Amino acid sequence: MPRTAKKNPVDNIFSLVTAAASFSVILLIIGILYVLVSESSLAIGKFGIWKFLSSTDWDPVKESFGALTNIYGTAFTTLLSLVIAIPVAIGIAIFVTEISPNFLKGPIGAAVELLAAIPSIIYGMWGLFTLSPIMSNHIEPFLKKIFGAVPLVGILFQGTPMGIDILTASMILSIMIIPFTASISRDSFNLTPSVVKESAYAIGATKWEVVKNVVIPYSKLGVFGGVVLSLGRALGETMAVAFVLGNNHRITTSLFDAAATITVTLANEFAEADTDIYLSSLFYLALVLFVMSFITLAIAKFFLLRAEKKYSR
Amino acid sequence: MPGKIELEVKGLDFYYAGDIHALKKINLTVYKNTVTSLIGPSGCGKTTLLRCFNRMHDLYPGNRYQGEIIFQGNNILSIGTDLIDLRSRVGMVFQKPTPFPMSIFDNIAYGLKLKGVRKRADLSERVEKALLHSALWDEVKDKLNASAYALSGGQQQRLVIARALAVNPEVLLFDEPTSALDPISTAKIEELAAVLKKEVTIVIVTHNMQQAARISDWTGFLMLGELIEFDKTDRIFTAPSEKLTEDYVTGRFG
Amino acid sequence: MTREQIRKTEGFIALTLSTLAAFLGLFWLVFILGDVLVHGIKALKLSLFLNDPAPPGVEGGGLRNAFVGQLLITLCATLIGVPVGVLGGTFLAEYARGRKIARLISVLADIMVSVPSIVIGTFIYAVLVRPIGHFNGWAGAVALAIIMIPVVLRTTEDMLSLVPWTLREAAFALGAPYYKVITQVVYRGAATGILTGILLSIARVAGETAPLLFTSFNNSFFSLDMKQPVASLTVTIFQYAMGPYDNWHAQAWAAAFVITVFILLLTITGRLIIRWRYK
Repeated sequence: MPRTAKKNPVDNIFSLVTAAASFSVILLIIGILYVLVSESSLAIGKFGIWKFLSSTDWDPVKESFGALTNIYGTAFTTLLSLVIAIPVAIGIAIFVTEISPNFLKGPIGAAVELLAAIPSIIYGMWGLFTLSPIMSNHIEPFLKKIFGAVPLVGILFQGTPMGIDILTASMILSIMIIPFTASISRDSFNLTPSVVKESAYAIGATKWEVVKNVVIPYSKLGVFGGVVLSLGRALGETMAVAFVLGNNHRITTSLFDAAATITVTLANEFAEADTDIYLSSLFYLALVLFVMSFITLAIAKFFLLRAEKKYSR
Repeated sequence: MPGKIELEVKGLDFYYAGDIHALKKINLTVYKNTVTSLIGPSGCGKTTLLRCFNRMHDLYPGNRYQGEIIFQGNNILSIGTDLIDLRSRVGMVFQKPTPFPMSIFDNIAYGLKLKGVRKRADLSERVEKALLHSALWDEVKDKLNASAYALSGGQQQRLVIARALAVNPEVLLFDEPTSALDPISTAKIEELAAVLKKEVTIVIVTHNMQQAARISDWTGFLMLGELIEFDKTDRIFTAPSEKLTEDYVTGRFG
Repeated sequence: MTREQIRKTEGFIALTLSTLAAFLGLFWLVFILGDVLVHGIKALKLSLFLNDPAPPGVEGGGLRNAFVGQLLITLCATLIGVPVGVLGGTFLAEYARGRKIARLISVLADIMVSVPSIVIGTFIYAVLVRPIGHFNGWAGAVALAIIMIPVVLRTTEDMLSLVPWTLREAAFALGAPYYKVITQVVYRGAATGILTGILLSIARVAGETAPLLFTSFNNSFFSLDMKQPVASLTVTIFQYAMGPYDNWHAQAWAAAFVITVFILLLTITGRLIIRWRYK
């Protein structure tokens, strides 16, 4: 960067303005954290940290609040959606980088990007009107018939399939995060130098063996970063799940039960909270979500940066 | 008196995607247990020709061959060729070292595992043999489980040669294998070529004419996609029959 | 089976599954878009854009208030978010280029891009809604602007970094101060890229619902007053789709159709510009 001996006054002002604009990012993060902590101080004072995180209470009447049902719902739907999304996303990445004839690369790539651009409220509404009936009429009864009686696994498939439940919400969430995971995996796969791939072909590996033994190990840091990034996004997703999860503050084990995530609770109850401790507890939930997703995203970023560094040699 | 024939190229034309005519009517014979080098100015088609021998071009859509390359009685350019099998018999070493993201041991064992060698003892034995062959054993025998990336460039290149050798190929293709290496590592690889030709047939592309002169028995000179001259190396460098060849080997252009 | 056959069969199965995965992605897109298209076009009427909502349960009415409100909030968010984002990106790519602080802010901005937008809604509620005493349009606009800033900032930084350093040197050599070099030369070189980033960031926030739920809230009446609650398409969709009336559902589909088409057009335009300019 050039440093002139005598500084132009307008230049000084301009540089200060731009600096202020970019420091707004840091100020925002600190501001959000500060405001959330101070707004939830009432609830923090009353319930403490550990007790709030481990309590399954969510009772506005008795004014007793705990985050566990929400955290549980968030973790359950998020992890289930990752389980559904990761294989599909990696399959898409493999198809686009290694299998697809050139004329299909464009359309599939565009489809993935458009899926990522559709706003989450559309996913949520589509889930409510279209996917949920399909799930309750066809898919869920089918799953129940097959797995319902199997020991251990059967726990996941109890109850009446209503379509407004953990499974439907996770399905929608997985459709939403497939594009992120797929495009980051594709970019990571593309970083594998073609000579390394060629030299695996040159000792007689099949295409799948090259993918499995060279491309995936080579790009695992990036793919992992992409998966964690999707996890971070799924944690905070509100509208895609708000329509189809119900809002049920109980710890449930069946995929056919309604549940509540932190985001769904906030969306449904925040504007209606009528007591100070209720509102403060909701701010506390928002704080927990902010910290959880910030840490997750930071981890994702760490891995993606390491991947970038490793391959830019 | 030339020995047995390993590869015979007959009237080969090659087109890259978009009908770029990269090789024109190539005829050439590679003899068993010899080193054949391909030289010529950059863009002449020498690497393109080399990559025909293991059909590397098939990895990218739109490339097209015409003519024949006979390898052990079969035309490897024919439709029915099993590329997986072909490539495990015709190995290749690239310009830059290409270790896989695995340990030193696993890099070499990789091709063997593909071929179905499973027993640890067999694998160990053949990995050791390959490393001895590529003159790398003494340097790595104590750290076989270390990452292959931990090796120096020259060591990595010999590792890659060992990996190619481990599956007992009949032909080994070298694509400018020393251009990214220092002079000492280069010398080691060149010595290696001289030893290895007792067991495999070697075809090497090089931009370094001294290297071609030092290590090869036969030399082909290509220009603009055509094979200008193909002969015994000492003839190419001392008494070429083509004026173009003479100009090139004496450094008048290139 | 021989070992070779097993290897080839395994490969065939794996690659077939990957292909199926890719077509599954395509299938979801067609399914969702097709659904929105079919239901949306069916419910699309001119009155939707001309009338304000009828009382709940009464047939007819439209979403004029929500269309206008959405445009208003998005416009105000753009007016706040874009200047801050572009200037902030300028600092990172120019004055602080290569310095640790630029690196840090860039990483933090990347994280902010994915921070749950509902959290930003709660933050704005505490800062701009409760002190004022009621929901208001500005709160919604600021919430969306906060989501926009890191997106615009990062694309601006990237686009400015693509401008070759020699171009700046050439301008310096004519005796121009740095701010003139930036505003007159560098911005011009990166204009298409920055513009694309802005388009994509508008597409990003135009579909946001969660941060508006308790900031701009909703308003059944037509209002241009940003100091009062302002209706938006997205919040209206949420309310209508969850509501009990069939004509609400139909209008929700129509609104979903309009917003999806708007966002996809912006996204496609943005991508086309990038492809045309940078490939």
